[in-house]
Amino acid sequence: MGFSVKKEIFEKYTALTIGGSLDSSTAPQFGEEVKQVVTQNPQALVLYVEELSFMSSAGLRMLIFAKQKLGTTASLILVRPQEQLLETLRMTGLIFSVNIVDQYPE
Amino acid sequence: MTTLDNRIDFYPTNEYQGIKYRRGRVLPFGATLVPNGVNFSVFSSAATSCTLVLFNKNEEDPYAEIPLPDEFRVGNVYAIIVFGLDYENIEYGYRMEGPHDPQNGHRFNRDIVLSDPYAKAIGGRDTWRDISGLNRNYPFRSRLVFDDFDWEEDNPLETPMEDLIIYEIHVRGFTSHPSSGVRHRGTFAAIREKIPYLLELGINCVELMPIYEFDEFEHSHENPDTGDLLVNYWGYSTLNFFAPKAGYAATGKYGMAVDELKTLIKELHRNGIEVILDVVFNHTAEGDHRGPTISFRGIDNKTYYMLTPDGYYFNFSGTGNTLNCNHPVVRNMVLDCLRYWTSEYHIDGFRFDLASILGRAQDGSPLNNPPLLESLAHDPILAKCKLIAEAWDAGGLYQVGVFPAYGRWAEWNGKYRDTVRKFLKGEHNTVGQLSQCMQGSPEMYLHRGTTAGINFITCHDGFTLYDLFAYNEKHNEANGENNQDGCNDNFSWNCGWEGETDDLAVNLLRHRQIKNALTILMLSQGVPMILMGDEMGRTQYGNNNTYCHDSSLNWLDWSLVQKNFDLLSFARHIINFRRQHPILRNKEHYSNRDYKESGYADITFHGTKAWHADWSESTTVFAFMLDGHHAKNGFVKDDTIYVAANMHWDALDFELPQLSENRKWHLSVNTSMMPPETFYPLNSEPALENQSGFIVGGRSVIVLIGK
Repeated sequence: MGFSVKKEIFEKYTALTIGGSLDSSTAPQFGEEVKQVVTQNPQALVLYVEELSFMSSAGLRMLIFAKQKLGTTASLILVRPQEQLLETLRMTGLIFSVNIVDQYPE
Repeated sequence: MTTLDNRIDFYPTNEYQGIKYRRGRVLPFGATLVPNGVNFSVFSSAATSCTLVLFNKNEEDPYAEIPLPDEFRVGNVYAIIVFGLDYENIEYGYRMEGPHDPQNGHRFNRDIVLSDPYAKAIGGRDTWRDISGLNRNYPFRSRLVFDDFDWEEDNPLETPMEDLIIYEIHVRGFTSHPSSGVRHRGTFAAIREKIPYLLELGINCVELMPIYEFDEFEHSHENPDTGDLLVNYWGYSTLNFFAPKAGYAATGKYGMAVDELKTLIKELHRNGIEVILDVVFNHTAEGDHRGPTISFRGIDNKTYYMLTPDGYYFNFSGTGNTLNCNHPVVRNMVLDCLRYWTSEYHIDGFRFDLASILGRAQDGSPLNNPPLLESLAHDPILAKCKLIAEAWDAGGLYQVGVFPAYGRWAEWNGKYRDTVRKFLKGEHNTVGQLSQCMQGSPEMYLHRGTTAGINFITCHDGFTLYDLFAYNEKHNEANGENNQDGCNDNFSWNCGWEGETDDLAVNLLRHRQIKNALTILMLSQGVPMILMGDEMGRTQYGNNNTYCHDSSLNWLDWSLVQKNFDLLSFARHIINFRRQHPILRNKEHYSNRDYKESGYADITFHGTKAWHADWSESTTVFAFMLDGHHAKNGFVKDDTIYVAANMHWDALDFELPQLSENRKWHLSVNTSMMPPETFYPLNSEPALENQSGFIVGGRSVIVLIGK
């Protein structure tokens, strides 16, 4: 299972479209992208995750990392997470740190 | 510019089999994330060498073993920083070399990979009762955890002790039954879904039965009669004191148990509910000399365990071994552990299983001034924590009333439990003792205040409240020990029939007795504790020692909410009655004086005649009045409360004390009546037509409010 990440920069937000498997081997790559994004101070980091089939604890920790890097003024938005990811976010409480939407921008 | 990342000590000095490392830092013990690597530190007083063993998760054999150079040892502590580790994917352990000389207390065995006593997570039982890890070599491997949880504004709640209402929960038992209606039954996440239920019940503290990592398969065996697998369900057998039970987390299999538990605690706090952990520091899961070597025995047997002069294990816990709690190193481990749970998990308090062991010296003798108990009482990080002792042990030390408290410790009040049980079943010669119990046991805790006692009638250990009134004898056959296990002194009464019955009169009486019990509990000074499910009539079919059943015998059947709604609605009422009336939650004992000059003493005692308490040996009635001017020891004004308990089999006419200031008696509770007249909602209590007397039904309790 591979991993892909594509970055797009818009005026008010930065989007990362990620697919495949986000695990301990691919999380650092994702982490680097997040680090670069936050240097641009976007109002929101939007993660298109519909094609993300698996996220390990390393991946989940990267969401925490992203949230903490963004600070309190910018939001972390997940677009169309698959059910298993959504359920894991609920159980671990990470769902309180992210916004889940069906599409972005609305 | 020199940044922190460029510091020379964040880079390796050595390399072995491709792994880079350097001399570590001796403190803190355990595995700690440091820039570019992980610092490992472990203590052993008698090991001659130490090897760090690294595994990839889910692989049987280690991928690296690094013998620690002797120069990496400081005193008796071995420390190493290893670089380039895949934090998420590694597990670790130690091989300790040293003498195998049991007679002198040493049981080193370098063939075994040992888990770290300070590990913050343990692999091997990631999913409850998953047998896939059973045959693994060294199944309990240490793991790393991360401190990146977002607590937001959360902190321990610091609810005043006298305001607590504790609800004892088993994590699996609370939601494992299919009727629970939750998504992930038997988990931390599932408890979160039941927070609305807890709020409606009115409790403000949950006490979780052991959630330190344990092995549910320890001593598991088939019940010869039923073929059911009997397991270590309660979990009073710790593998590691710092690691949460991964199998209690729905996300344990993803390595996210820590986050799930923290989320539960944060949500409970957000709803005003404290979290107390039931902690087991009296023994470990390694058993006696015949037990498995998992960690402590192989790391430093002589330090961690109390040993007999010939090198065997003292067994004050009844489980094979006894943790050597007053050895300075072990004492520090207990302290480190509680500090960790308080600061990292925001735990509000701890209930110490068989806590009298914590007051024993290394040779097992009771200490007058136990250093561990004193250290915990005066620790700056634990300063606002609740510390609660189960003030006895299996070696015969019984310290209820005399547990070394240092102005901090509270105790499970075993005398309260026994006295209230005896009174409720109508035993003679109990009323004098009952009057002490309802005042917060001043005969034991005169100088410690009411909050020294945790009042309870039932707990996980023994009958449920329903079974207390449905069984004269224990029925523990399902435990497979010929009914020899479990307590024989239950002070229970079956109300006329042993076990389940269709007899309406018997069933009504049982429900009334449950309401009587809850009323006495909630109207006593001290800190009340309710056992999970007692508010809805949970039964264990007479089994008073269900430690081994992962089945509906232990799981809370949520259909009881409907079936016994009269009990549940009563429990909600009486709990909220306590919360609404500060006179029930005084921190200091009543003085039997009128220090507010209200015309009444703070507490007065009565019988069927007002102002004439009956203290005779044969009496089964008891009444008392609390003057509202003395609420919160006179700092708050409350209504006056009158309680009459009649455990005689027939109704009796009670003369009521007269109220001053044109106030009238109003009826809040009358357990002899059927719903909806058993209780009246707060502020809707009807005034009594007869203000001078009340006929209290047989085996019933009334509560009146003077306002």
